[in-house]
Amino acid sequence: MPEQLTGAEILLRSLELEGVDTVFGLPGGAILKAYDSLYDSPIRHVLVRHEQGGGHMASGYAHATGKVGVTFATSGPGATNLVTPLADAFMDSIPVVAITAQVASTSIGLDAFQEAHTWGISMPVTKHNTLVTETNEIAPAIHEAFHIAATGRPGPVLVDITKDALAGLAAFAGTKTIDLPGYKPSVKGHPRQVNAAIDLILQSERPVLYIGGGTIRAGASDEVTAFAELMHLPAVTTLMARGAIPDSHDLALGMPGMHGCYTASTAMQKADLLINVGARFDDRVTGDPEHFAPEAKIIHVDVDPAEIGKIRAVDVPIVGDARAVLSQLIDRATHKLDGQSAAKRSDWFTRIRAWQNDHPLAYDQDPAGPIQQQYVIEELHKATGGNAIVVAGVGQHQMWASQFWGFEKPNTWINSGGLGTMGYAVPAAVGAQAGMPDETVIGIDGDGCFQMTFQELITAAMEGIPVKIAVMNNANLGMVRQWQKLFYNDRFSATELSFTNPDIVMLAEAMGCAGLRAETPDEVTPTIEKALAINDRPVVMEFRCDPDAMVFPMIKAGGNNDVIYLSPEDLE
Amino acid sequence: MSHVISVTVENKPGVLARVASMFARRDFNIHSLTVGPTEDPSRSRMTVVVDGPEMEQIVKQLYKLIHTIKVTEHKPGEAVEREIMLLRVNAEPSRRAEILEAANVFEAKAVDVGATTVTFEVVGEPSRLADFHEMMKTYGIASLVKSGRIALAKDSKSLTKKQRRTA
Repeated sequence: MPEQLTGAEILLRSLELEGVDTVFGLPGGAILKAYDSLYDSPIRHVLVRHEQGGGHMASGYAHATGKVGVTFATSGPGATNLVTPLADAFMDSIPVVAITAQVASTSIGLDAFQEAHTWGISMPVTKHNTLVTETNEIAPAIHEAFHIAATGRPGPVLVDITKDALAGLAAFAGTKTIDLPGYKPSVKGHPRQVNAAIDLILQSERPVLYIGGGTIRAGASDEVTAFAELMHLPAVTTLMARGAIPDSHDLALGMPGMHGCYTASTAMQKADLLINVGARFDDRVTGDPEHFAPEAKIIHVDVDPAEIGKIRAVDVPIVGDARAVLSQLIDRATHKLDGQSAAKRSDWFTRIRAWQNDHPLAYDQDPAGPIQQQYVIEELHKATGGNAIVVAGVGQHQMWASQFWGFEKPNTWINSGGLGTMGYAVPAAVGAQAGMPDETVIGIDGDGCFQMTFQELITAAMEGIPVKIAVMNNANLGMVRQWQKLFYNDRFSATELSFTNPDIVMLAEAMGCAGLRAETPDEVTPTIEKALAINDRPVVMEFRCDPDAMVFPMIKAGGNNDVIYLSPEDLE
Repeated sequence: MSHVISVTVENKPGVLARVASMFARRDFNIHSLTVGPTEDPSRSRMTVVVDGPEMEQIVKQLYKLIHTIKVTEHKPGEAVEREIMLLRVNAEPSRRAEILEAANVFEAKAVDVGATTVTFEVVGEPSRLADFHEMMKTYGIASLVKSGRIALAKDSKSLTKKQRRTA
């Protein structure tokens, strides 16, 4: 006869069976029973300072490790504080399981203390969610949550468990069965479509491989690189796919879109074929979809059938896991090529090389002028040899980090792409570092973002998670200011912050971190070197940066991707 | 153009909320939605009538809901479609006989008779309900309620398939 356990014990045992080693959370009344069982569990708990931080940590952990990230929150405000990280993980397809406690089943609907309709609130921001009111439903709910979060198109799943279900007793024998008759994600692509895709690629004269975050999530970096090489395809990597093919690779054109490289955006515009693997024709990539890649036929590989045809009509749809489909494509192409090499398409590459030559990413660091963020990013890259996991917030610093870091491996670039969640960097970096303790984790943050979530550095200091956060302090909400400068006649409404308040170095020290500051370009490298030598606590590096610097290239929101602005003068 | 789809879902609490929330979030327009039990107690079936051109997306987004098992779009004539309407019409005693006679043509059943109104029940194809509704407008409609459509795909060997029955 299986042993009788409390619901809380079943919860923890179920998480252990799923291979969970770390949970990010904050206790409260309704979830107390689970925390009591956590006390005896081998699972590490990271006590966050705000549930939003716990949610982003779970996401950073999942990004960095490829495993499911787990966060705990209590009922009511604990659960509502998870809305932003859940929405963030949903947009970026990050596998996260959120466990929230609910008031007792007998109190639901009575406006009990700390009651919120968590199930209803979280429904539109999760891949799936469920309310568990019976102790014997906990184990299957957890098993299904992990299955749903990690398979198909990954995403966040919330399991809301009532206080009385956590306290009740039930038999526990581990759960191996999944009862989801309506959930059967496709893995392999249809062979006929795979064949049609190879035919189209062989016929095309100006193909571009359009690599999206789905490639990273599927662990398909090796396959996508091998496929690009086999078919001799120039490749762009979206914001979510940076590192899927090494930036140093001859075929890599960098990031396309609103702040993408001129060559990446232009190659897509001029292409006669786009091979989209795990991207979703996001508006930051396409601009106005009516004018996007007007001559291109489309092959679209996506694990989510609903992405196919959502924005752009498709010539060859392939529903399946990016890794499995790429392997099929490689097999099919190898068979068709029959020992021959794919066309070199030298005319196409000549044009691409000319664009690269004429319009490289560039910036000027005046030795006597204010610090440019691109310079800091390049110096960080140099000092680490690029061997770091980079985590960004949202805004100018994020775009420059994506443009200038030079990513060589997958899962080394973590950012909030779809939702654009300011404040993501600090907690996501803490989560990434907790999952990858032997790696150097560098958060690149803005001063606006930093002030949203810096309290999680207290968590990092207390838990011995030595992240390194570079705050690009330009005393402004820089990206919004840039738009005000370009499109709102320099009317800087509500974007001005302060270089000195808060004093970021003092703040860092107060939180148990090392605080360092660079005010001039010559102080940048020594500051980075000092920071990299500190490994016994988190480090905050403050760089006083140029408030007037702007991110280029730029394509206007909803604009035509044929019109790429390379400097402020272009916009006049 | 309206489309009729049947959605077989797991019979679980909240599944209607999930479908309704998805329609709202994706800005799809629901004309009518009904839900009820099926031959299998673990399944419910929804009949959704939707307007607009996004049918492919609607079907795909419905399939993304974990509790959705099957989605079927019914082409015109390929399903039996029914709706029920309760219609209360102004019926002064002087016009009552005329109204009842007219209703008879539509096999509308008088289910409640008041001093100045008669309430009819009409069951049938949506077009028939619409015709009856139109006709009763002459007399003045006091109130009206419709069940929303239910539909069942015709048998693949159906003898009536593709033959639209008119009222």
